[in-house]
Amino acid sequence: MFEAMRLANFFDGNLFFLHVGEKTVAKEKTFLDMLKDSPVKPKQIKVLWEEGQPDKTIIAQCRLHKIDLLLLGALQRENMVKFYLGSIARKITRKAPCSVLLLMKPSVERIPSQHMVVNAFESLQTETTIAAALEFAQALNIPKITLVEEISRSKVTVAVDDDRSLRKATLQKEKLKRLEISRVNEILSRIPIDLKENKRITSQSIFGARGYSIGHYAKVVRADLLIMNAENKNSSLWSRILTKDLEHILSELPTDVLIVQNKEDE
Amino acid sequence: MNKPSAVKTFIGDLPKNLFAGFVVSLVALPLGLGLAIASEAPPISGVIAAVVGGMVAAILGGSQLTITGPGNGLVIVLLSAITTLGGGDLYQGYLFTLAAIVFSGALMFLFGVFRLGALSEFFPSSALQGMLAAIGIGILAKQIHVMLGITSVSGAPLKLLILVPYSIEQLYLNASLEILLPAGLGIVSLLILVFYSRLRSPFFHLVPAPMWVVLVAIGLTYYFDLVVKAPYPVAENLLISLPENVLNNLPFPDFSILTTGPFVSTVFSITLIASIESLLSIKAVDKLDPQKRRSNVNKDLRALGIGTALSGLVGGLNVVTVIARSSVNVNNGGSNRSSNFAHALFLLAFVLLFQNQIERIALPALAAILVFTGYKLAAPENLLRILTIGKEQAAIFGVTLIVTLTNGLITGIGAGILATFIIHVAINRSLFLFSRNWLKPNVLMYKEDESGNYYVSVKNFSSFLNFYKLKGKLDEIPESEHAIVDFSLCEFVDHTVMEGLNNYRRGFARKGGVFEIIGLDAHGTETQHPFAIRKSLPSNDFFKLGNNLTKRQISLQKLATILDWEYRSELTSDTKELERFDYFKTKIVNYQYNELISKDDQFHLFDLSYTEGAFIAKEDIKASFLLVELSYSIPEFILDRENFLGGLNEVTSYDDIDFSEFPDFSRRFFLGGEDPESIRTLFNQELTFFFESHQYYRVESIGNSLLIKRRNRLSSIQEVKSLLAFSNELMTILNSRKNA
Repeated sequence: MFEAMRLANFFDGNLFFLHVGEKTVAKEKTFLDMLKDSPVKPKQIKVLWEEGQPDKTIIAQCRLHKIDLLLLGALQRENMVKFYLGSIARKITRKAPCSVLLLMKPSVERIPSQHMVVNAFESLQTETTIAAALEFAQALNIPKITLVEEISRSKVTVAVDDDRSLRKATLQKEKLKRLEISRVNEILSRIPIDLKENKRITSQSIFGARGYSIGHYAKVVRADLLIMNAENKNSSLWSRILTKDLEHILSELPTDVLIVQNKEDE
Repeated sequence: MNKPSAVKTFIGDLPKNLFAGFVVSLVALPLGLGLAIASEAPPISGVIAAVVGGMVAAILGGSQLTITGPGNGLVIVLLSAITTLGGGDLYQGYLFTLAAIVFSGALMFLFGVFRLGALSEFFPSSALQGMLAAIGIGILAKQIHVMLGITSVSGAPLKLLILVPYSIEQLYLNASLEILLPAGLGIVSLLILVFYSRLRSPFFHLVPAPMWVVLVAIGLTYYFDLVVKAPYPVAENLLISLPENVLNNLPFPDFSILTTGPFVSTVFSITLIASIESLLSIKAVDKLDPQKRRSNVNKDLRALGIGTALSGLVGGLNVVTVIARSSVNVNNGGSNRSSNFAHALFLLAFVLLFQNQIERIALPALAAILVFTGYKLAAPENLLRILTIGKEQAAIFGVTLIVTLTNGLITGIGAGILATFIIHVAINRSLFLFSRNWLKPNVLMYKEDESGNYYVSVKNFSSFLNFYKLKGKLDEIPESEHAIVDFSLCEFVDHTVMEGLNNYRRGFARKGGVFEIIGLDAHGTETQHPFAIRKSLPSNDFFKLGNNLTKRQISLQKLATILDWEYRSELTSDTKELERFDYFKTKIVNYQYNELISKDDQFHLFDLSYTEGAFIAKEDIKASFLLVELSYSIPEFILDRENFLGGLNEVTSYDDIDFSEFPDFSRRFFLGGEDPESIRTLFNQELTFFFESHQYYRVESIGNSLLIKRRNRLSSIQEVKSLLAFSNELMTILNSRKNA
């Protein structure tokens, strides 16, 4: 919650709190107390109390109030006991009409993010995602950004059997990698210069399962925030594959995850 | 590589490969006959498998140095197939089994087509060891009776083992020449095999051990024929019988019981064992390749499948890749597939030309070869080695061994896999770790853009269940690069994986790359992983020697104190990238110990354990070496005593450089290297005189390091001292040359 208010402050936006469940006096009181404790005061705070199935209500409310960003607390890893809770976050993430930020370890004190990993695989949404990511980084003052291009292994047509095929595959990978890097650089060049100031932007290509590799990578480099494309609803085939991608991330959150929904698509 | 030069190398290497093929065929003939007899198949069927397999695999195969033919692992499966499928009628059983072999060939071909070359990685390594040991015991239990000249006993392996004293008793009770001579021949044959590697006389080693056995057996019959002039006192059923005309009397498989249960299960067991044996052998032979090529296992499987099917059609046994014969091939200078082809041709020639002589070979002699093979498979040192890795590994080994012996191979390996999994679950106290993550991807690999290193991170758990995923990634890293495998996100790493990674480490070291494993340090302290701790630094921990130094070690220590050098007695697998030297091209370095290091880090004197050949042709050698690091670069060369044939005892691609001005030196020494001109400039009057006036040492230079060695054994303290003196003087000469 404090995290939410801070964010709203950073972006100069309106904040809606949504509580799904029975409204009781006691609950309201603790909630308002908490609000009072907060050191930062966003412009406008609105508290909504709704009843019903959590996932459906939240999504409906998001639509109703034209929410830009939905914040959810999430569990790092789903297991049998917590599966229920986890599945709400998951369902919402999948269906939400807006961007979703999953917070793994929300904290009262602000821990400044240091390193942000952004997906940059070849997709229509990627450019918007990168732009949004850079804006986000600007607002939150994140100094280091890594763009990860996930390249599907199936793009390398050579199977490694012996020395010769290994050499071929390595060459082909190098070529694919150069293509990817030039593509990402092109995207970066289209982004206004002021967004790129004071940041170290690097890129890294990975050959591996899409959606999985980036999560594992974010964990390895100890990134604070992972920014992903949302599902692309335009093509059914893509969405099926992408669902699977997000699924990897959602089942085992490596860090806080921001899923950027492309508004123009809708 | 352009085409003409490839053809040129091929033709240039042909004589060498023909020779290697010839030596291999000397080993393959007795093994082929013996393995067939052990399976209760006609003796010729083993040779047919080798001939057909050798030709097909040489033409279609994906590996260069492997030799194909009938395999040890299959003896037990084939034996039970031949005895059970025919319902007691051995010949009918053999015909049914041939049909099963044809089908298993087709199945193996499909394995290759569907790229199941990773199949062998789904089996826990301790379970595989247990299965191999069971096969070894199975062979040994049956053949030990035949070796003593008694063919009447039969039954399950364990029952046969119990009957061994009975067979020995029979010898005592019926002591006569007819009984004792075959038994004596068997025992002498076994002694030849056991002591072959101990006797390092080059003359004795011109003929491989199994051929000596055959020669002794044949020689004995001629002794009776020509000297004693009496009939050979060995019963007819103890001699090999070949069909009158080998080429015209080929049996044809009987396909009439295709759909029955036993037939189908036979096909599956044969295919499984044949594939596993081949895959393990191919991997092992790759490690021996001086040119460090990587074999295409799937292509090999396809070739073996076709070979097996064809072999079955003409009455031969399964065709698999065999490790012992392949290592003989490597050690005799085989460099490409033509040696496999040559071995097949020589075998064919032997059978056609020496049919009479082959029929003089007594079974006990061949049985001795099989007993030796079985013992090597079941080798108790294997169990000891596994015990040092961990008690749970020994348990897996034991379960697999016992179940395989009592219930057959498929059940046995199944039990081994199950046991491994249960033990893993018990160790982690969590079934969840495995069930949740089994099918998920768990490996991330990328090339770090700044450093160019390959970074591999493994998550969750890494065991035989998902090792193929890690392997798939690792196989894509060129072995000349720097690879880092990080297990810090991985909760559990099993023995199969650690062993597999150790193989990668070796592979990278051979090709000049670096293979590092990180992130396992925390495992030991945090979670007390038995596998991870014990295997995390390969061999380092379980080779720990006691503190009791031997006399030689104390002397070395004293010597170190006098010289003001450092002395380290402990064993370590960090062997200073010795694989860089030509000498170790076809050898596997195990570990080093008793190291003396000079103050300036220039001289390293150490004892080294290394292996030559594999399986029954394997020789473990411990020898002392001196490694000298130079601060400057000299031409690369190999200098050694010339052998009686005017060449080098080991495989080399260099020609001997002779100096007309130093005839004595040229006559006594073999000198070879990449760049003859610069070597000629280096070896002037002073240097050649120096070598002439000292003892023979083998000196190899790889530019900025020298490797000096005296004999194929550990040096005594006196020898160590003279070696040091020799190298000191050599260095003085080289240094003065450098400064001049």
